[in-house]
Amino acid sequence: MDLQIALLLGQDGIVNGAIYGLMALALVLVFSVTRVIFIPQGEFVAFGALTMAMMQAGRVPTTLWLLLALAAVVLVVEAVRYQSGSPVNWPATLVWCVGLPLLACALALGLRPTSLALQALTALVLITPLGPLLYRLAFRPLADASVLMLLIVSVALHGVLVGLGLLFFGAEGSRTPPFSDARFDLGGIPVSGQSLVVLGTTLALVVLLFLFFGRSMVGKALRATAINRVGARLMGIPTELSGDVSFALAALIGAVSGLLIAPLTTVYYDTGFLIGLKGFVAAIVGGLASYPLALAGALLVGQLEAFASFWASAYKEVLVFTLIVPVLWWRSLNSRHVEEDE
Amino acid sequence: MSAPSHNPSAAVPAQPVRGGFVTRTQLTLAGVALLALCWGWLPDFTVVMLCYIGLYAIVAAGLVMLTGVGGMTSFGQAAFVGIGAYATAWACTAPASVQALGGLVGMAGLPWAGLALGLVLTFAVAWGLGAVTLKLSGHYLPLCTIAWGLSLYYLFGNMQFLGGQTGITGVPPLMLGEVSLASPRAIGVLIWVVLLAALWLLHNLLDSREGRAIRALKGGRVMAESMGVDTAHYRIKLFVLAALLAALSGWLYAHLQRFVSPTPFNLNIGIEYLFMAVVGGAGHLWGAVLGAALITLLKEKLQDILPSLLGSSGNFEIIVFGLLMVLVLQRFADGLWPTLQRLGERWLRRDAPRAVREAAPLAQRTLPAPGTVLLQAQGVTKRFGGLVANNNVSMDVKAGEVHALIGPNGAGKSTFFNMISGVDDATEGEVRLMDQPMLRRPSRAFARLGLARTFQHVRLLGQRSVVENVALGAHQRARRGWIASMLRLDRAEEAALLAEARRQIERCGLGAFADMPAASLALGQQRIVEIARALAGQPALLLLDEPAAGLRHLEKKALADLLRQLRAEGLGILVVEHDMEFVMNLADRITVLEFGCVISRGTPQQVQRDQRVLDAYLGGGDDLPGAEAAP
Repeated sequence: MDLQIALLLGQDGIVNGAIYGLMALALVLVFSVTRVIFIPQGEFVAFGALTMAMMQAGRVPTTLWLLLALAAVVLVVEAVRYQSGSPVNWPATLVWCVGLPLLACALALGLRPTSLALQALTALVLITPLGPLLYRLAFRPLADASVLMLLIVSVALHGVLVGLGLLFFGAEGSRTPPFSDARFDLGGIPVSGQSLVVLGTTLALVVLLFLFFGRSMVGKALRATAINRVGARLMGIPTELSGDVSFALAALIGAVSGLLIAPLTTVYYDTGFLIGLKGFVAAIVGGLASYPLALAGALLVGQLEAFASFWASAYKEVLVFTLIVPVLWWRSLNSRHVEEDE
Repeated sequence: MSAPSHNPSAAVPAQPVRGGFVTRTQLTLAGVALLALCWGWLPDFTVVMLCYIGLYAIVAAGLVMLTGVGGMTSFGQAAFVGIGAYATAWACTAPASVQALGGLVGMAGLPWAGLALGLVLTFAVAWGLGAVTLKLSGHYLPLCTIAWGLSLYYLFGNMQFLGGQTGITGVPPLMLGEVSLASPRAIGVLIWVVLLAALWLLHNLLDSREGRAIRALKGGRVMAESMGVDTAHYRIKLFVLAALLAALSGWLYAHLQRFVSPTPFNLNIGIEYLFMAVVGGAGHLWGAVLGAALITLLKEKLQDILPSLLGSSGNFEIIVFGLLMVLVLQRFADGLWPTLQRLGERWLRRDAPRAVREAAPLAQRTLPAPGTVLLQAQGVTKRFGGLVANNNVSMDVKAGEVHALIGPNGAGKSTFFNMISGVDDATEGEVRLMDQPMLRRPSRAFARLGLARTFQHVRLLGQRSVVENVALGAHQRARRGWIASMLRLDRAEEAALLAEARRQIERCGLGAFADMPAASLALGQQRIVEIARALAGQPALLLLDEPAAGLRHLEKKALADLLRQLRAEGLGILVVEHDMEFVMNLADRITVLEFGCVISRGTPQQVQRDQRVLDAYLGGGDDLPGAEAAP
């Protein structure tokens, strides 16, 4: 290997690491606020990418039917809850179940956008409400269950979504045209415009999230919930709101990642799972709690994957996933006293 | 075939209920006998299905132990099945192995060499993974098993000596002496014998001293550590046990199929195994059989129906399984077996209590002479960030005295309590127990030296009976391990443990409640159960965290009498308590904490006259040192 190849691989690693970093951010966010270890995070990536691909093929994205079906079911569930006297946050419910789905219909069925930017927007409007809708159906009824129970539900949901992905998109993969065709030459290293788009978007999202958590009231409420769930509830922050918002953010981040990665690699219905899991390896570096460590972990995973694909491409996945073992060992060195599982 | 059997929770039966026709044991034996009688006449297809149900149930039984009983889980059991299957397939077919081992054990012995290889490999991998993850919180193990399940699948598919994606063909049938187990009907007998034997061994394990410790892993780890259980070690052992069962199933699978390839050991299948355990009832051994049967039959049906229904072929049954799983967890969190069990309760008689054999003697501790310093804390300081919860606290407890630690709410009593019992570490200062430095030692080391404690927020296993909870306190006075428990070689010791537990329960005045679930008692009584559990460990030093809270007047008097009697026997007792009348009438010495600092110490009379104590309790003193303390 010469320097040229090393630099190319390093660039690959940074771009992949950025995507894993987005995954890791979403996973840490969802886990710290709702205690859900959200295995299906990667499915949003695949759904986002393949929704975009379907629109480019001039077809109505099948994910729209999933969105409408879920919205209808959630409306029924909320109505039943309302009947039985449970408090229902109707404004939020209407946003997720009526407002955004209608907007998605208008965009996907009415406008049928042809420009890249509008197609991307449509995909985001379509995928984002899936987060809160899935949260309300699968996880909210179990809000007081143990982390382990929530994890098992999470894995079950992953199964459902992958199965649906196969049904919606078929077994063939898709690739979308890049957002930028530009090519640069940095000291002899070719850099594609799309890699810069990935990095730029990732940085922008990280900054936006930072501002959201640091400045906005809802962001602060989410942070409070992450630190002390019961205390936050006593201060009047509804569990429902924190669940909705964190899952919406997770879905949004997932869909954005999907749009970013679809021009770089062929996305299949089950590609998202592996991407999400690599995000997990990164998030575990930060103990599922620290955002900066999770990002650092993501860069590590990206680099390891890039160089492994050069030296031992058949064992690429094995190397990336076994990274979790030394990471966990390192984390276990600092734990001495037994703590009760939540 | 899945006849109801022993409810593990019926280990200590209450009053035998009249009515009903048969006991669980009789019904189970009848079910097994029926299956055995029918076996020769069942259609071939049914036999094959039963073979697979048996194979899956062996894996699911391990997951029941891990998930429902031990509070952990694994999505990677299929990978361990894979190790078991590939190990024997390789050992039986690879030229290198056949040449090396064939001469040693003969061709018929190769599968047995493969079994040994699979079990050894599985043991090593599971132990390694467990040691890395099981000291951390519970969700790291399942995450690690996902990564590991995927990795192993890719490894199987990429290793040329294991046949890559095509796998290994030509695995020979098992031979038992001259009998060939080539047909499903023949090897099916072996599969079900292995399954029933495994269920029997696991049932025995749960109904023992080790079983009580295993049950405490789910939600009672801090408590179990204080009773001397090395919970991280138990978690690793339980994970290894589940992995070995999976490998055993893989070995049988390879010789049933006579062919292995990577696909059946994929992560998806690992998730299906967990579905089986959870849908069937993750807390019940027979739930594994029920779940394996349900999922296997359902999968068979769905693979017929779904492709024509959806108009394309693919792995669509996962959609139905996933939805089923979410529904079961939301509506029947304990799975389907408990529902069946409730229905069956009407028709079943409880098993008669077993005759208690000669009890083995338990380990006895010689108590230190009265006046010996048992526990000594010197200059103990605890900071949580900028918050000083304990500031330079010193105190000691001697044998044969009652020492009370009092102070207003938030004075730092509970923090101090945690540091002298090994639940937390002091930031500065020294804690000595029986004249040994205890800094950074786990709470089980404190227990080993003769310290027993109760908890301010009661920590009992609510679903288990009082006597089982109390017997856990005597855990470290007995020695028999997992294998002895599985083989019922522990009965004499077990009888002694239960007898000791009942003795302590009687002594604390709760004899009438011994066989009731601990959670059904009033809170005050649950605190007394905690004291009985502490006493079952035959401690030299007893730490009681608010023992009188929630007790009525007469109960308090009885408790004070019990503590006086224990003091007379030579125990050292440290009490944290808010009830001043109780404390002043009982304690020999009192230490008063406020805002993390000791503000007074001495006899009850001295402390009652101390102006600083009066100020602390009645208000008025503004010149007290220290920062705001943690509750």
